[in-house]
Amino acid sequence: MTALVVVVTLPLLAALAVLVLPERARVKLALGSVALGVLAALMLARAVWQDGAVLLTLGGWAPPLGIALRADGLAAALTLMSALVMAAVALAARFEMRTRRVGARAAFGFWPLMLLLWGALNAVYVSRDLFNLYVGIELLSLAAVALVALSGTAQALAAALRYMIFALAGSLLYLAGVVLSYAAHGTLDIGLLGERIPAHSDALALGLMTAGLLAKTALFPFHVWLPTAHAAAPAPASALLSALVPKASFLILIRLWFEAMPDLASPPAILMLAMLGAVAVIWGGILALVQKRLKLIVAYSTVAQLGYLFMVFPLAGGAGSAQPWSAGAWTGAMFHALSHGLAKAAMFLAAGICIAAVGSDRLGDLRGLARQLPMTSFAFALAAITLMGLPPSGGFTAKYLLMTSSFAAGQWPWALLLAGGGLLAAAYLYRPMAALFAREARVTARPIPRVWQAVPLALAALSILLGVLSATPFDLLQIARPEPAAEGL
Amino acid sequence: MTLALDLALCALILGVALAAVAGAGVFRAVIFFITYGLFVAIGWARLGAYDVALAEAAIGAGLTGVLLLAAHGRLRRMQADTTERRSPTLSAALAGGAIALALGWAWFALPAPQPPDVAQALPQTGVGNPVTAVLLNFRAWDTLLESIVLLAALLGVWMLARDADWNAPLGPRYHARPDGVLAYFGRFLPPIGLSFGVYLVWAGAESVGGAFQGGTVLAGVVLVAMMAQLLRPPRVSQAMLRAALVLGPGVFLLSGLAAVGLGREFLSLSPAIAKSAILIIEAALTISIAVTLALLVIGPAEDPEPGR
Repeated sequence: MTALVVVVTLPLLAALAVLVLPERARVKLALGSVALGVLAALMLARAVWQDGAVLLTLGGWAPPLGIALRADGLAAALTLMSALVMAAVALAARFEMRTRRVGARAAFGFWPLMLLLWGALNAVYVSRDLFNLYVGIELLSLAAVALVALSGTAQALAAALRYMIFALAGSLLYLAGVVLSYAAHGTLDIGLLGERIPAHSDALALGLMTAGLLAKTALFPFHVWLPTAHAAAPAPASALLSALVPKASFLILIRLWFEAMPDLASPPAILMLAMLGAVAVIWGGILALVQKRLKLIVAYSTVAQLGYLFMVFPLAGGAGSAQPWSAGAWTGAMFHALSHGLAKAAMFLAAGICIAAVGSDRLGDLRGLARQLPMTSFAFALAAITLMGLPPSGGFTAKYLLMTSSFAAGQWPWALLLAGGGLLAAAYLYRPMAALFAREARVTARPIPRVWQAVPLALAALSILLGVLSATPFDLLQIARPEPAAEGL
Repeated sequence: MTLALDLALCALILGVALAAVAGAGVFRAVIFFITYGLFVAIGWARLGAYDVALAEAAIGAGLTGVLLLAAHGRLRRMQADTTERRSPTLSAALAGGAIALALGWAWFALPAPQPPDVAQALPQTGVGNPVTAVLLNFRAWDTLLESIVLLAALLGVWMLARDADWNAPLGPRYHARPDGVLAYFGRFLPPIGLSFGVYLVWAGAESVGGAFQGGTVLAGVVLVAMMAQLLRPPRVSQAMLRAALVLGPGVFLLSGLAAVGLGREFLSLSPAIAKSAILIIEAALTISIAVTLALLVIGPAEDPEPGR
């Protein structure tokens, strides 16, 4: 219980402290708090591992009057993954977000915004209350939009504004759905909603909430804001935006469709969600293929990779939830969320190092950079292995689980999509890798501190390790898994 | 009679909203938007939701109105074209209409909502106003996060400054003639606003009011004083200013953690001290909300002498 309180309050406290402290103490405090945060996330995961889901009724008021927090295996795993990404980003930002490099404004703003984003993520991961989740994703979106604006260029401001319009429209739709659901059932608690007497308006409420969350998750066709926004932000911010932010709204979708209102997961509805995911995989992959800048390739790859997450709906949701393969499919999708988070953060941090070294992220300017930045290039390659879904990475475990369940379910088109998406990923990631590992060197790179170079490498190695040591995270994800998906075991 | 009044109010709200969206010219849209906020506030009051009415009037019509008028003034100074505008797109109108129809249908299809019974637990919360009990006790976690949302919004606005202006004072420079109307307001309004704002916070425990409403009124006071040049615009680098911003969320968060230290649930208030704890938290929140809202309206740091 204490670990859960620390997980939700530490980032917020640190954000407030960072705002009052003088400049010199700022970075130290942020680094100290991410170190503590990783520790707290580990303690939470251990508590969940040993005793099952950790429950907290805030203020001692049980729902429907108060708000309940609950860390199940999935929340604990996401909390830990986010803490690791935060730690890596903070270490990289120590070099990258210096006043000397980015100016006093961005160097001031990055730290509190990063910590607020982290606090919002943790709050969303464990919240069991639909309105509280709304407040959480509001905080998340505002911090994320501000991080995009951090660069200060006209393009960054335009991208941030566009992001904000999408995010606010998404919030509004989600809130409308929450209000409808509350009007019908008099509770906002996900657990209580799972036991509700169905009302006529439930489908409308779920539809509105889902539409809003899809806009925030940037699922096709709501993805248009994502690539420009993620590419315009400074690299450490891009890492947070791509690796973590879409996972929060996706998690709320999971809470809604698997826990609050699983009875509404009709075949047409889940088919539509999966089809949008499938189009995202293909369309994002194709657009990533034609980009000429490294950060845009990585950003479009996020559009594609987010699509896989939605395979969970046809394979583990609705009528499929009672089937024996549903557990594998559900776990596979969550594995994908974890491994994509680690690998994507590693990729953006590596891109940041490339930009710091040569001052550009055009593929033509990066040719032969592997000689001068071997660690960074290797990190990029490892992360690419995860995104392509090659063994022994975490991405492979995810795709393997999803693929076996789609065969077991007799829904082979999804298996085809997984294979095709992997090939597309190999194609669009080949271009930056070919540039990095080219024989001739075009430019001379500025020296980059080794500690900074080691950061993305560590993250990428973790994304591989997730596949090698997949048994422990696999078991962790099973703890307090939503009932419909658990029945299949 | 009341039915006629309500119907007229509904018609006014819809008409003003349409005028704000469909009319030509930014200035007209802003004026109609402010009017819309006032009518909606009256609507909330008619529904008996006086706390919401106060918040809507103060934030929806008041502060947002000032913000939009300032934006319009800036566009005019930049000589941007503020009359030309795209006709409202059909898709937006269709989407809005569809959602309105769907929500309307749900309103007729649903039984009367049965919210959780707050009255039973109210005596243990330390306050008599159920809205304050929900905001500061039952759902304190929401309110705590909301106060931090405001802070995130302000940080976002600050990030819009030009790098060269970062150390400059916040907001545009206001010019008020010493014998002008603004200067007069600047001397006349703050004492009234100050008393009203503090009263709203104090009264919020038992009747209508609270930290958000009181904070908004106080933010208005700060703004008027700044526009009348009675208060100098602050800089981001001022430690006191940043301390005022984090005071409310900080006190709230630490009081919640203090409960954990005493072996109770996070954010719980024992009935014996609940009333005084809520008053302290609200006082701290009011200061932070007032400063944050005022700074949100005046905007990021700006070069004091543009075109230098």
